[in-house]
Amino acid sequence: MTIEEIKQNGTVVACKPRLLNDNNMHYCPGCSHGVVHRILAEIIDEMHLDDNIIGVAPVGCAVFAYNYIDIDWIEAAHGRAPAVATAAHRLNPDRVVFTYQGDGDLAAIGTAEAIHAANRGENITIIFINNGIYGMTGGQMAPTTLEGMKTSTTPYGRRVDLNGYPLKISDLFAQLDGTCYVTRQSVHTPAAVRKAKKAIAQAFRNSIEKRGTSVIEIVSTCNSGWKMSAAQSNKWMEENMFPHYPMGDLKNTVK
Amino acid sequence: MKGNEAIAHAAIRYGADGYFGYPITPQSEILETLEELMPWETTGMVVLQAESEVAAINMVYGGASTGKAVFTSSSSPGVSLKQEGISYIAAGELPALIINVMRGGPGLGTIHPSQSDYFQATKGGGHGDYHLIVLAPASVQEMADFVGLGFDLAFKYRTPAMILADGIVGQMMEKVVLPPARPRRTDEEIARQCPWAVTGRAASRRHPNVETTLELDDERMEQNNLRFQRTYREIEANEVRFEEYYTDDAEYLMVAFGSIARICLKAIEDARERGMKIGLIRPITLWPFPKGQIEKLSRKVKGVLTVEINAGQMVEDVRLAVEGRVPVYHYGRMGGIVPNPQEVLDAFISHFPETARQ
Ligand SMILES: Cc1ncc(C[n+]2csc(CCOP(=O)(O)OP(=O)(O)O)c2C)c(N)n1
Repeated sequence: MTIEEIKQNGTVVACKPRLLNDNNMHYCPGCSHGVVHRILAEIIDEMHLDDNIIGVAPVGCAVFAYNYIDIDWIEAAHGRAPAVATAAHRLNPDRVVFTYQGDGDLAAIGTAEAIHAANRGENITIIFINNGIYGMTGGQMAPTTLEGMKTSTTPYGRRVDLNGYPLKISDLFAQLDGTCYVTRQSVHTPAAVRKAKKAIAQAFRNSIEKRGTSVIEIVSTCNSGWKMSAAQSNKWMEENMFPHYPMGDLKNTVK
Repeated sequence: MKGNEAIAHAAIRYGADGYFGYPITPQSEILETLEELMPWETTGMVVLQAESEVAAINMVYGGASTGKAVFTSSSSPGVSLKQEGISYIAAGELPALIINVMRGGPGLGTIHPSQSDYFQATKGGGHGDYHLIVLAPASVQEMADFVGLGFDLAFKYRTPAMILADGIVGQMMEKVVLPPARPRRTDEEIARQCPWAVTGRAASRRHPNVETTLELDDERMEQNNLRFQRTYREIEANEVRFEEYYTDDAEYLMVAFGSIARICLKAIEDARERGMKIGLIRPITLWPFPKGQIEKLSRKVKGVLTVEINAGQMVEDVRLAVEGRVPVYHYGRMGGIVPNPQEVLDAFISHFPETARQ
């Protein structure tokens, strides 16, 4: 059977999204970034947004997001994606603009830009990959690193007396009058992927309808940074990350 | 009107698409005037008070990435904060306009006028091998005119331009003829002028546009750098601007930019009444620097004095142009103090005492 024949029979149950190109992804096997890229590509296609959307990529592992999803992208300086997105959207108000940021990018160096963009109620979507670590630079402590978690800069585990507490920045976003939708999701099971996809689609609809800022936190794995297998990472995330970063909506004014 | 106000009016009339700024003395009138004029109601221009200079320059990066004519303004401490963003805008080959109405530093320094950011503006400021086109206005009229010139050059060469004004030009009031008002470019015009713009992939366009400054392939990154350098050589060949006064018969030369050039001109006119033949070069583009003209004049004068409101920054570029042919001295005040014509002349005579004996 050729691929064309398979397609004709109507038997296709899964295929590579049209907007995901053939470039080899640099993400480690088991990393959540790849899954989130895939669902983004699917949603943008399903919502027919690809001619109308601008992505703002971060500095972090997703710095090369523009190499994989065939839409227009701006690659921002570390932490500044919400400022970049603010201007891109204000100057092009009929476009859908989203940022895609890690926890270091969004919740450490870029906290001011993220909080203020959300507080202004910019009609953008923030996709926030919380893997509790700095993946790209080799596994240093992130603001979201859990207490006791070992990283290359907390080799004996994060101590709150030295390093402060793991930052629940989405709880902060939920407090702001400018946000319309703040939710925490994951992509570690098929059911979770389906829910995360629905959440991102909701966020893009909010952006189109100019309802304010939507924040989709995706609690994620970084198996190389965490020094675990992909399967172990999923289990460790459920057991350790989820209690501190519980799944579900923190705010939804659009229901 | 004030120089700062002239900038706001000129930008709206130019058809600028957006301004992003954060208050700091002595340039807050730019943001204040824009907010008062409410251009979003007339031309559709976006005006936004950002949460910091860092955010503002990154908003400029984002807006410029979409092909829009966007600008920001600040004063010295705020411009220091913008440097990372300026480096990204240069690396991204994006047109943008940045205005620095300089105050005295270092640190929080003083709110009073200074020219002590010459090095920062002309030698880079941020990281990496890049240049800004740097325009130095000496009047309120030039504050207004250089907005359009700065944008035009920025779009022509796809590189950021800076208006490097001192606090005097920002705050002083003069008569000004504002440029004629013209409409903002339409989306179609932007798409034609800026085919690289990140505007959301138009249905007809096959390849997505990506604005990035990252290139991990060393060979390609070197090629990028060589391309930037070719642009800079082209700018050096085409865009040097300066004004000359009394250089025809000059035996000595002063070099000064911005408001202090006008004070020097007064000093020179007083000196000429006493028979001292001094000429003046006022660089208008600080980068590219008018080194050719200074070199030429250095072959016929006996000495050069640069006058700056700083500890001696442009003097280094003057010395490079003069190449030791004649002595080059610096005179300047700091801390927000601006010398008057008499002080300038006294400094000149102290360096060239033979001129007073004539
Ligand atoms: C101004 C600046 N500071 C530091 C860096 C180095 N750096 C690159 S990525 C990164 C952290 C990224 O971590 P995160 O945002 O959590 O994303 P992840 O890689 O885990 O997806 C840092 C510190 C940089 N590129 N720019």
